[in-house]
Amino acid sequence: MTAKRFRPDVDAPEWKGGHTPYDIVKEGVIALVVVAILTVLLAVVFGSPDEPALTVKGWSNSDPMDFAATALSELNGTSGTAQYGAPYNNASTGQQLGPLTLAKWVGDRIPVNAANAFVVNPLRSLPEQPVLSADLQQWSNASATTRAGWVNNYTHAANHMKVVGGQLVVSASNAGPVQVMMSDLFQMARTGALDQALVTQKGFYTTDYTLPLLFLADGAYMANIAQKQHLTGDQWGMMNETGNYPGQAWLWLYTFWYQVSPMNTSGNGDILVWAIMMLLTLGLVLVPFIPGLRTIPRKTKVYRLIWREHYRGLT
Amino acid sequence: MSTTEVDRQWTTRLRKRVTAKLPPEKLLPDTQPSYVSSWIYVFGVTTMAALAVVIATGCLLALRGPQWWHGSSVGHFVNSLHLWSVEIFFFAMVIHLWGKYFMAAWRGGRALTWMTGVVTFVTSIAAAFTGYLCQTNFDSQWISTQAKDGINATGAGAFWNVLNMGQMLMWHIVLLPIAAVLLTAFHVLLVRVKGVVPPFDDTATVAS
Amino acid sequence: MILGWFAAIFPLNSLGHYIQWHIIQISVANLVVIVLMVVTFLVALFAPFPGRKRRKENR
Repeated sequence: MTAKRFRPDVDAPEWKGGHTPYDIVKEGVIALVVVAILTVLLAVVFGSPDEPALTVKGWSNSDPMDFAATALSELNGTSGTAQYGAPYNNASTGQQLGPLTLAKWVGDRIPVNAANAFVVNPLRSLPEQPVLSADLQQWSNASATTRAGWVNNYTHAANHMKVVGGQLVVSASNAGPVQVMMSDLFQMARTGALDQALVTQKGFYTTDYTLPLLFLADGAYMANIAQKQHLTGDQWGMMNETGNYPGQAWLWLYTFWYQVSPMNTSGNGDILVWAIMMLLTLGLVLVPFIPGLRTIPRKTKVYRLIWREHYRGLT
Repeated sequence: MSTTEVDRQWTTRLRKRVTAKLPPEKLLPDTQPSYVSSWIYVFGVTTMAALAVVIATGCLLALRGPQWWHGSSVGHFVNSLHLWSVEIFFFAMVIHLWGKYFMAAWRGGRALTWMTGVVTFVTSIAAAFTGYLCQTNFDSQWISTQAKDGINATGAGAFWNVLNMGQMLMWHIVLLPIAAVLLTAFHVLLVRVKGVVPPFDDTATVAS
Repeated sequence: MILGWFAAIFPLNSLGHYIQWHIIQISVANLVVIVLMVVTFLVALFAPFPGRKRRKENR
């Protein structure tokens, strides 16, 4: 029977040499103390960032035109959320990885009807609004075609949208109840009531911010602030933190793929990057089994620095 | 009760199996092979120490809830401790990974040790990510709305909603820390069972 | 006054500084961390480890 071949990148020689005293508990305690001290020092010197959260109230007051344009896009179905696809709706196929449409297959399990979620339902929550109530009733009773006509007419006129004296001004004709709905939504946002209405659509107690976050993300306001903080995708933003703080340097490779073709321009960029990173992560897990990759340590001989005392002792 | 009956008990069988695989002197050794003589070896224990500080500071934050640190300077300081201990954690873990790669530490039946290490690394990234989502500030808003596209594209977003702060908070403070600690414990126990990987048999250095 | 002790000495809240090199864009803070990691790795490889005499005796 032939002896099993020794594979230097897979097998390890048996250690027949000496042992030295080793205090494992002491080592652990020293490490803990050193890390704790270093943590305290860094926290005392640098602190941590805390850029305040945006609100729909702040958005509508700071950038009323962007807010109004976004609200209109929810109503006319052109917003990012309205056209997203799964898991929010079936407006589009969503991202594809070759023949795989993973999100679509799973389905819209977090259903969001943009017009209802961001405009109609919040307006319905307002009490004692006879004019608005009548307009909302008119909206409910209308067919999808009629609604689309009203919204289209308002959208055309909205090219000349203005905010005058805190009021949204759009000179639209044949826009049905849309004019009042948009105007009232704008006022609701400016008071802060829309923030609350977006969160409490699912009940009193909620920690689910899906709706207000989707709404904010549909506009340009949040993205503009993110751009100033170097947090956007084409700024390698995934690695970055607000201010001058170190961020997530370990995401360098994940972010890198978003900078190169075809991921940087493809509508399927996200799923392509995920697929690449899943493969690379699998590769990292399976290094011990990958010839070539597992040979690099022996070939580069960095180990001779680590074990130099051992190798000197052999001579 | 006969001896055979006691021997057949689950408790007895488990104890014998565990103590055979990992007797006390292997679990808590008082010597180590003399080739363990480099500073590169401290980064594993440093990573674990950092994980302990991360968990401890996380527990402090949990005492007063996720909003505490926005309105309290003490809370903000505790948040800073948590942030910097996470930075140290990743700092040490990546250097540990570099060292173990160049030592080819998977050799001699230690492939599972390497694999559990990488899985722990990936789990830590998920834990850090959910942590960023729980900050309840602008950073959380931006990160969640950006990350949703990648996660939604895989189909996982239908079940793992990064915009649902409550869900992300519970993954961050319950599920992922448990996973990280269990994986770390398994990883470390594997090192204790298999021992630290010996040097390459660089016979060219041996005098003829 | 005691609560003032918890305020950071050098908070890093001003807008970040970034370095651009071809398609790579990296914050100074992240670059410092990465450089520190590489330096720490190199120091760990090269720095002498205490207890040499004891290991020699036990060989």
